[in-house]
Amino acid sequence: MSLDFLLEIGTEEIPHWMIPGALAQLSKLDLLGAAPSVDATPRRLVVRAKGLPERTPDAEQIVKGPPITAGDKAAEGFAKKQGADASALRKAGNYYELVKSVPGRAVREILAESLPIAILGIQWPKSMYWTDRNGPRFIRPVRWLVALLGDQVIPFEIAGLKSGNVTRGHRQLGASSIPVTIATYESELRKNGVILGAHDRRHKIETEAAALGAKLDRELVETLTYITEFPTAIKGGFDPAYLELPAEVLTTVMRHHQKYFSVEGMQGALAPNFVAVMNTSGDPDGLVKHGNERVLKARFNDARFFWNVDQQKKLADRVDDLAKVTFQAKLGSYKEKTDRVVAVVKELGGNEHAQRAALLAKCDLTTEMVKEFTDLQGVVGGLYAKAQGEPEAVSRAIYEHYQPLSMEDSIPETSEGRILALADKLDTLRSCFSIGMIPTGSKDPFALRRAAQGVVKILVEGAMEYRLDALAQGELHAFLLERAQYYFREVRGFKYDEVNAVLKVGVSTLRDVEVRLNHVARVRPTPNFEPLAASFKRINNILKQAGFTRGVVDIGMLEAGPEKELHEAYWSLAAFGPLEDVAELRPYIDRFFDTVMVNAPDPKVRENRLSMLSDMLQKFSSIADFSEIVTSGDQK
Amino acid sequence: MDTFQDTVFKLKRYWADRGAIIQEPYDVEVGAGTMCPETFLRVLGPKPYRVAYVQPSRRPADGRYGENPNRLYKHQQLQVILKPTPDDVIDQYLGSLKAIGIDLSKHDIKFEEDNWESPTLGAWGIGWQVMLDGMEITQFTYFQQCGGIDLDLAPAELTYGLDRLVAFLQNVESVYDIEWAPGVKYSEVRLAEELQFSVYNFEAANVDRLWRLLSEYEAECKELLAQYEKYPEKRRFPVLATYDQVLKCSHLFNLLDARGAISVTERVGVIKRIRDLAVGTAKLWVAQQGAA
Repeated sequence: MSLDFLLEIGTEEIPHWMIPGALAQLSKLDLLGAAPSVDATPRRLVVRAKGLPERTPDAEQIVKGPPITAGDKAAEGFAKKQGADASALRKAGNYYELVKSVPGRAVREILAESLPIAILGIQWPKSMYWTDRNGPRFIRPVRWLVALLGDQVIPFEIAGLKSGNVTRGHRQLGASSIPVTIATYESELRKNGVILGAHDRRHKIETEAAALGAKLDRELVETLTYITEFPTAIKGGFDPAYLELPAEVLTTVMRHHQKYFSVEGMQGALAPNFVAVMNTSGDPDGLVKHGNERVLKARFNDARFFWNVDQQKKLADRVDDLAKVTFQAKLGSYKEKTDRVVAVVKELGGNEHAQRAALLAKCDLTTEMVKEFTDLQGVVGGLYAKAQGEPEAVSRAIYEHYQPLSMEDSIPETSEGRILALADKLDTLRSCFSIGMIPTGSKDPFALRRAAQGVVKILVEGAMEYRLDALAQGELHAFLLERAQYYFREVRGFKYDEVNAVLKVGVSTLRDVEVRLNHVARVRPTPNFEPLAASFKRINNILKQAGFTRGVVDIGMLEAGPEKELHEAYWSLAAFGPLEDVAELRPYIDRFFDTVMVNAPDPKVRENRLSMLSDMLQKFSSIADFSEIVTSGDQK
Repeated sequence: MDTFQDTVFKLKRYWADRGAIIQEPYDVEVGAGTMCPETFLRVLGPKPYRVAYVQPSRRPADGRYGENPNRLYKHQQLQVILKPTPDDVIDQYLGSLKAIGIDLSKHDIKFEEDNWESPTLGAWGIGWQVMLDGMEITQFTYFQQCGGIDLDLAPAELTYGLDRLVAFLQNVESVYDIEWAPGVKYSEVRLAEELQFSVYNFEAANVDRLWRLLSEYEAECKELLAQYEKYPEKRRFPVLATYDQVLKCSHLFNLLDARGAISVTERVGVIKRIRDLAVGTAKLWVAQQGAA
């Protein structure tokens, strides 16, 4: 008979961002072959499965005994130790062995042992104890446990709490004690104000919020999905006078501080409204709406206060204040960083606007607005620069200079913004590397990988023609190359061997790497390409074996037929520059190898042939080292 | 409608009914109710304890000269310590909200992750900020460590922000409009204090002297800490007075901070000086409890 399974770990509210990670672990729960399906709300982690066996089958275990030559005494001793009679032993080769029968066990019993270990084995980013110092640790206190196999409770205990068949409903909408069976579990929860499936809660949030005009964003939807058991969207409003404040500030307050969606009116401008998601079924008297509006108003008042206070001292007058803000203990203050960034902008040939932007870029760190809304650094600086009459190119560059914040984020739009963003990140990387702060493994406290990825992305997508070896040397150069490899592979989708092949022949600018990668990727699917790559590999090997580096081709010595034809073919192809049509060489090379012997008896002919092959390889290796391309004949 | 003091009475009554001792505010300046010995020291060790008290908490840097409707130099916290934590602690907490007239079926309550930490006290815990209709009304913490010592029991600490909670209950937009007692506004009771202490904290306090005072209190504290080992009768050792010196140091640090006198680089160092005192005092308190 097969049985269904239900486990509900009832807890106090789990931080929303940790729930998916816990579910991923629970989805690997060992249920004797049955496939776990998982669900969660902030107050419960749930595993369900169908078709568990009632018992595990009986099995046999073979225990190896002493060698037969050890005699009867040894055999008897072995049998006794195993709790069997010596007559039960049998001979296997030169040894005795004993076949023991291992009876199957009730699955309920197995789970009663394994579940508490599995539950307390869930890894959390931060855990706590709640009974006493030696008590179990979990993300938040466990308050109830439902564990059923078929219609029976799987009995176990955690922190003195016994498993049972009684769940709890929503804190306000449900009962606090609800007996369930596996069949009634989800519908009982629903009757008691809990929507168990994240998918259903997400759908409810999205449809209701969208109907109220919310500008949905995925991250906030996810947060709200795991912060509620019964989400319901409501719409509130604020005094349109606050729309004088920059939209960036208003949306940051709404999204990050209050977890509200903003609402857009005509032409995408902010409307004086917001959409909040409650963890309850309704707001019959409008109290929740009123309360949220009241809070938002106070927050906006603060923001307006910060804005006004900050305008009393221009960014330009704050440069010296940066001396009091530490960038890094060994690397000094943000004033020193600013001086360095200005120098890097000059080094990169940035114009006067870019230099001015570099001077002002970090000044917003001393403003009240950024102290309150740290995510808005850069953005606030840009907005203030604009309000204080700095040229558009300067304020835009400041505004954009933290971009790209991730591999998905776009690079700055203006050229001044790109140069400033590049200079800022390069300075951080150079400075940190200079004092040995180099990321290792998971340790990267200054987010240098992100900075390096930003550098790569700006250089490539901004089509910037700086030589990489002019921007960075030594370990930093290698670090940037590694990030470039990552970028081209993971973000741009080039194959790893293509990236290796292109990087192998050297890097001038990353933009050039991109151009060459595009060539390789374009010719790769053509039918002749892979065999050609194999031929290049063969040529490489021939040259290596001959210990040959380079020679001058004597055209007069080339034999008419395949040899001369190959020479003409690659010269004419190479004459047209980059080898768009490199694959066309293939028949010539094949014919050459089929009919011409490189190792000719005459050493002069041999040398001339090697010279030609190396010359050809050289010509086409300015794009990529094709011997790095993995062909079907290669080992993986 | 309940006045500010009515709400305080009700909360105290509620927790008194659940076995809490009702204490009065501590008489040394603190930045939070957590710093009072009734919390900082009592959470240490294995002895059960339940206490509730209102603690006026001073945060010099938060002063706004009485001009901001929500930000205060000194705000009123209701602090509750439940040691050990009862299993139904959250239900008890929600019950306290009902007791002050909040009909939970008509409001939105959320528990959002917020792990409290005080580097100056070597203390931290795990918990939430409790949001009522989008406003934080309570900090809820399961204490894990205090004075650098792992706690035997993990007490629950509930900290109600009384000013904003009552502003919400009375539906006023500024805390200064709260009715404190019948016919008496919050502003009449406290506005002058907000204004004058903002002036003192931001403008008038003598920075050099504050630094000297900090050193003096630190010296006093260290001198006391060093005596415990050789103290003949441990019971008489003034560990509670030693702790007062820690609180003095912490408040002076906050004043210097408000005056902008502590650079970012210095900050970490000064915090560590005070934490060392707090950690030392916590150890002696535990030792003294064990010796008694």
